[in-house]
Amino acid sequence: MKVLVPVKRVIDYNVKVRVKADQTGVDLANVKMAMNPFCEIAVEEAVRQKEKGAATEVVAVSIGPVQAQETLRTALAMGADRAILIQTDQDLEPLAIAKVLAAIVAEEAPDVVIMGKQAIDGDNNATGQMLSALLDWPQAAFASELVLSAGSAKVTREIDGGLQTVEVALPAVITADLRLNEPRYASLPNIMKAKKKPLDVKELSALGVDTVPRLKVLKVAEPPKRTGGVKVGSAAEIVSNLKSNGVF
Amino acid sequence: MAVLVFADHDNTTLKDGTNKTVTAALALSSDVDVLVAGKGAGDVAKAAAGIAGVRKVLHAESDALGQGLAEAISGLIVPLMAGYDALLTPATSLGKSFSPRVAANLDVAQITEVVEVVDGSTFVRPIYAGNALETVQSSDAKKVITVRATNFKAAADGGSAAIETIDAGPGAGKTAFVDQQIVKSARPDLTAAKIVVSGGRAMGSAEEFQRVIDPLADKLGAAVGASRAAVDAGYAPNDYQVGQTGKVVAPDLYVAIGISGAIQHLAGMKDSKVIVAINKDGDAPIFQVADLGLVADYKTAVPELMDALTAAGK
Ligand SMILES: Cc1cc2nc3c(=O)[nH]c(=O)nc-3n(C[C@H](O)[C@H](O)[C@H](O)COP(=O)(O)OP(=O)(O)OC[C@H]3O[C@@H](n4cnc5c(N)ncnc54)[C@H](O)[C@@H]3O)c2cc1C
Ligand SMILES: Nc1ncnc2c1ncn2[C@@H]1O[C@H](COP(=O)(O)O)[C@@H](O)[C@H]1O
Repeated sequence: MKVLVPVKRVIDYNVKVRVKADQTGVDLANVKMAMNPFCEIAVEEAVRQKEKGAATEVVAVSIGPVQAQETLRTALAMGADRAILIQTDQDLEPLAIAKVLAAIVAEEAPDVVIMGKQAIDGDNNATGQMLSALLDWPQAAFASELVLSAGSAKVTREIDGGLQTVEVALPAVITADLRLNEPRYASLPNIMKAKKKPLDVKELSALGVDTVPRLKVLKVAEPPKRTGGVKVGSAAEIVSNLKSNGVF
Repeated sequence: MAVLVFADHDNTTLKDGTNKTVTAALALSSDVDVLVAGKGAGDVAKAAAGIAGVRKVLHAESDALGQGLAEAISGLIVPLMAGYDALLTPATSLGKSFSPRVAANLDVAQITEVVEVVDGSTFVRPIYAGNALETVQSSDAKKVITVRATNFKAAADGGSAAIETIDAGPGAGKTAFVDQQIVKSARPDLTAAKIVVSGGRAMGSAEEFQRVIDPLADKLGAAVGASRAAVDAGYAPNDYQVGQTGKVVAPDLYVAIGISGAIQHLAGMKDSKVIVAINKDGDAPIFQVADLGLVADYKTAVPELMDALTAAGK
């Protein structure tokens, strides 16, 4: 069973993001970048499925700038077998990414695509569901447990109000939620080994996929600031304050 | 322009996120229809027909729709969109799971978690855990939008729209429902509650979480939330998670107990009207957004708070 894992390079989740003064975007200069945390969970799951014997090959793919090779090397160090970079400096929308991934699926013919539920830069939570729709494959979004067997996958999903279990016929698209697993740190020997694993680079233009943006960003602004920071001396003061400012 | 709103419900009760999404829809057009897709959801359809400003309710019934299977819901909606210029869906887990499918099948972008409608093609949405607000203009003929309901006022009741029963659509195809565990609670819904009490990693165990957080929530008539750390550790169920990748809440009062205030948590609650924080670390980032911060051990502070509330007639 072959697993395809799309991974995105994003601002590290610990970085405090700043909006540019000219409101054209956020400041990415000299900012620490990393693999999107949900993609790490997806890679970890694919590797565990391979370690369990349920999967045979794990292919990581990223669409992004030349530096996304580092993200793919991280996936390889975690245990992916090979990697593909679809290189572009364009910032693509989820629909375009889903179309590019559909083209890669057509070439690679994986049995299952495991990806992150959400990229923490755009916070779209859309690409996996879009890919599933474009391929007309079943989807299991927000997975917290995955059991792969021949021809199907049993997936527990995090839904409003609790958990739901579904069974999807393979091939399918599965998106990872936080509770699916805890990603490993790549060991030094594995980081070294990863340098020798195959990493193919293709130009986005070579795929012939329509990636024209549908949304024009008119501006990126800072949200209104909260004026917090008031400390009180006792629990009783909390209550009297809530009374005086009309909450009770 | 005609707009279709997807109704949020649990097959029994219409959720107030629907009314809020109708408000967002009415900012686009006065021709707003509501789709109730479910199983045994007749009361929900009636409630939707009672929202002021709604033109018509479309009501579809099947097992797969009632189970909230994304393929069944998108399969139902995609052909309906021939008659609409926009689809607005509350950004619940369910909405997030099917709305992008509809967008992809229509070959349009999804405009995710809209917090403001500027005009018929221009919308504001948060990115980077709410650290930035992006204004985007869509060039697509049809708009597929998820709505952050907490940013819109609920449309009032008082309407009397007609209810039209429609065919259930193609079903879920290659996805089969196995089972689900829904946490039943007598407390208000987290995303709609006027007051939310949330606990963090400081609770240390599920028993302690329930011992400390639940009575305080009950006293305040509040919903219960949690940080990711508390959910990951099993102190609270997954759907209690408030934050960037959990639920977004904006109650009149948010009480954070033993929560540090990581940006991912703040993303889910910083639009609350009043924020109260109890944390023993005076430097915890939660205090930067708290209107009322108490530096104290929750073990003594929460009982004192309970007493003060009792004394205040709560
Ligand atoms: C991809 C990603 C997505 C995420 N999404 C979310 C999300 O949606 N929601 C979310 O909440 N987090 C999210 N997080 C996690 C977030 O970064 C933090 O790790 C998390 O919010 C921390 O939870 P906490 O505040 O309960 O725990 P901690 O940060 O450990 O804080 C515990 C606090 O309790 C205080 N404390 C300890 N003992 C006591 C006591 N006796 N009395 C009073 N105070 C005490 C401590 O001083 C401390 O401030 C996400 C992280 C990632 C990487
Ligand atoms: N540029 C990209 N390259 C590879 N995978 C991506 C890219 N963008 C998004 N994805 C995948 O889609 C998931 C959801 O992203 P999003 O829909 O943007 O929130 C991510 O976790 C990735 O698995």
